[in-house]
Amino acid sequence: MSYTALAVVGVVVSVLLDLRILRTRLLTRRLFWTAYAIIVFFQLVTNGILTGFDIVVYDPDAIAGPRLVFAPVEDLLFGFALVTQTLVWWVWWGLRHGNE
Amino acid sequence: MSRLGHFGGLGHFSYLAVLLGCLVATAPLEILLRTRVYARPRRLLLSVAPVLVVFVGWDLYAIARGHWAFDPRRTTGVLLPGGLPLDEVLFFVVVPVCAVLALEAVRAVTGWQAGDERAGAEQVDGEQVDGERAGDRPADGARGPG
Repeated sequence: MSYTALAVVGVVVSVLLDLRILRTRLLTRRLFWTAYAIIVFFQLVTNGILTGFDIVVYDPDAIAGPRLVFAPVEDLLFGFALVTQTLVWWVWWGLRHGNE
Repeated sequence: MSRLGHFGGLGHFSYLAVLLGCLVATAPLEILLRTRVYARPRRLLLSVAPVLVVFVGWDLYAIARGHWAFDPRRTTGVLLPGGLPLDEVLFFVVVPVCAVLALEAVRAVTGWQAGDERAGAEQVDGEQVDGERAGDRPADGARGPG
């Protein structure tokens, strides 16, 4: 699979993890989206550094083409999956262990 | 020559410097807003671990298929099995930690709920988490629904 296809799968899996599997329903909360808005800004900064300075380089054949702050747009989906899955697990463990 | 030119002579530590910057930038949240993310190491570890497994797997596939590659001049050069740079593994630790800090910072400032607030009454198998006691939690009043 291309990075593009995998990135879409990553987002779908993250949404299913939250709404269906762990049922944390974090994606329905303004807390999540407000935090994500802040996170995505800093993601563009750090990802822009990593890709703009060629610390990480991409195969043009594995990506759709469009870039945002030097990084392939797929990185936005990758970052969403990474951040969402982490926060869903964080809330889920908080539920199980009394918010500790 | 990259699109942004050379990265300040940091060489092999370029990638690590970016990660360190993320940790330094978010650390004040733990102190100033009492996010209590590092203060809950067990929960943090349990949250990062499954994500680390999934994304290291994704990364290994992507490296094997050539989706992306890392400049050996700008990474530590320490490679784990599958050609996975140590820098990249640390990325999957640092970014999740920063994300949790951001979530807890917004919660601390706004008082909005994440859905785990009612969990106080639900002790699983009578299990207690080490460390914190009720009296040590000054942020609670500002966070819960009351």
